[in-house]
Amino acid sequence: MYVAVKGGERAIDNAHAWLAEARRGDVSVPELSLAQIREQMTLAVNRVMAEGSLHDPDLAALAIKQARGDLIEAIFLVRAYRTTLPRFGHSVPLETSEMAVSRRVSATFKDAPGGQVLGPTFDYTHRLIDFALAAEGEAPEAPTAPPLAERTPHIAEFLDAEGLLQSEPEGGETPSDLTRQPLAFPADRALRLQALARADEGFTLSLAYSTQRGYGRNHPFVGELRVGMVAVEAEIPELGFAVEIGEVELTECETVNQFAGSRTEPPQFTRGYGLTLGHCERKAISMALVDRAMRWKELGEDDVGAPAQDEEFVLSHCDNIQATGFLEHIKLPHYVDFQAELELIRQLRREAEAAQAQARAEAQAAKEAAQ
Amino acid sequence: MTAAAPTRADPDYNFAYLDEQTKRMIRRALLKAVAIPGYQVPFASREMPMPYGWGTGGVQVTAATLTPEDTLKVIDQGADDTTNAVSIRKFFQRVAGVATTEATAEATLIQTRHRIPETPLTEGQILVYQVPIPEPLRYLEPRETETRKMHALEEYGLMHVKLYEDIARHGHIATSYAYPVKVEGRYVMDPSPIPKFDNPKMSNSPALQLFGAGREQRIYAIPPWTEVVSLDFEDHPFDPGGAREACALCDARGVYLDEVIVDDAGGRMFVCSDTDHCRGRIEAGHVGASAPAAAPHGAPA
Repeated sequence: MYVAVKGGERAIDNAHAWLAEARRGDVSVPELSLAQIREQMTLAVNRVMAEGSLHDPDLAALAIKQARGDLIEAIFLVRAYRTTLPRFGHSVPLETSEMAVSRRVSATFKDAPGGQVLGPTFDYTHRLIDFALAAEGEAPEAPTAPPLAERTPHIAEFLDAEGLLQSEPEGGETPSDLTRQPLAFPADRALRLQALARADEGFTLSLAYSTQRGYGRNHPFVGELRVGMVAVEAEIPELGFAVEIGEVELTECETVNQFAGSRTEPPQFTRGYGLTLGHCERKAISMALVDRAMRWKELGEDDVGAPAQDEEFVLSHCDNIQATGFLEHIKLPHYVDFQAELELIRQLRREAEAAQAQARAEAQAAKEAAQ
Repeated sequence: MTAAAPTRADPDYNFAYLDEQTKRMIRRALLKAVAIPGYQVPFASREMPMPYGWGTGGVQVTAATLTPEDTLKVIDQGADDTTNAVSIRKFFQRVAGVATTEATAEATLIQTRHRIPETPLTEGQILVYQVPIPEPLRYLEPRETETRKMHALEEYGLMHVKLYEDIARHGHIATSYAYPVKVEGRYVMDPSPIPKFDNPKMSNSPALQLFGAGREQRIYAIPPWTEVVSLDFEDHPFDPGGAREACALCDARGVYLDEVIVDDAGGRMFVCSDTDHCRGRIEAGHVGASAPAAAPHGAPA
């Protein structure tokens, strides 16, 4: 008897118990601690914080553990938790030019005030499996240098000073909040950047890549990519001034892109912008390229019909929690609708067969009449 | 049948999970939706603790509508014991502590996916639909910016062309579920993926019908006693379809039936999709052609 999706209560409880057991795996292997995930799976933790839109490394580590390492599932756990948090207020805009950089590279200038800092990067590692890591060993120690004393200005500032880079208009009003208002089109740039900041890394990467291959090409140079700690300050109404309430790690990417100029403006470079919570370089660079691609209208460029130029397409599909939910829901029971389709297709086939039989009979009759 | 009395709601959460500000925001959208029948009202849908696609829109509408005195019924595919219906009912038992029932007539609020109960609804009841794609024009025009304009201008020609093309190609309108309707002579509306068999139940219903689409951030409504017309042509009138068979368990006719494959030799039986309706008939003494000792309803998983 067909009972696969009925009488579900006990089935659900048992499935959850099985899931918990599978999550733990072989009990002869020591269990992962949250501190281990937080300290040694840092980039996974960072991605979960960035796309979960919540800065909390311990919570992200717990979500990764609970999700058995499925990062989209972990992001979902963080998002669902985030919605329940009360809002006390908002910070003053972060000053990324005051960032204590652990990594800062520019592809447009060989050197610049503040210097290039490679930081902890995979960039020049040879991708050879390091079998030594399979054995537990001593913690390696990296040489250190004294922290940079002076401020690390944005590379863009130098181009800006020369008037070579289009200046961005000051956004006076408080930007709308994607998590508190339904998304509507056309979306302004602040809203687009909010959506991209929590967008799926893979989707953003592929869209950015598509622009590089010619689907809305925008000739990007990485003007600057920086990673580091930034102080978060909030206005305390009782005090009347802003106080530092903590610091967060951010990745910021500013691209410098070509722009031919128009009748009213001389040729200038333009910018794309990417910013993520935590160390997420691939995402920040991708975000900058996609941001720039979506600015075609404001910059008077042609709509070449590229997916990355289409804000409705990008913003409606970039959220992996929405995407995976709708995709995976098709495994839920749909047999009522399928039954309706079955009835319809049977009816159509009955009628088609009857029509064919009639046509055959008429042909036969015509043949006999001719004889 | 499982019915549960009210319990104490989980003290770690606000009543019915959502905070009061969020409920207020949803209620405002609901009021607007009731005021403009069939119009899709944007709302700031929240991330819920179940995935998009599992009924987050319906759950948010239910959460914003539920009162401690309500009796809740949750169905999926017409059945109360489908896995996702069980899961949503448990969620509200935990966070709202409301009484639950499987009996359509006893429920004050019914959340549904893909069906309208066979038992006629009554005044004062609320039926909450889970909606995947609220836009009836979506598969004809993928852009929201365009479809909103089409609704504003009452420009539904594209939909009629689609239905006409179906007739030209197949001799019938080839839409068997999520069959588009026009509400009170104005907005074309997606009834959610209910079989078209259920469409007539929407019209002039004494109950309030609310629709929630979480991922798509839309809420819409059909107030009680509102005319809902399934789109058709004079020479091709709407046909709700439906099975020719009677339920094998309770012998009901004129109800929606699930086709159940019973062996690997092509054997099948037809049973009521609405499990509560079927059980009620069996208890009233109706006997179907193959009503055995082991009926599928209430059988262990």
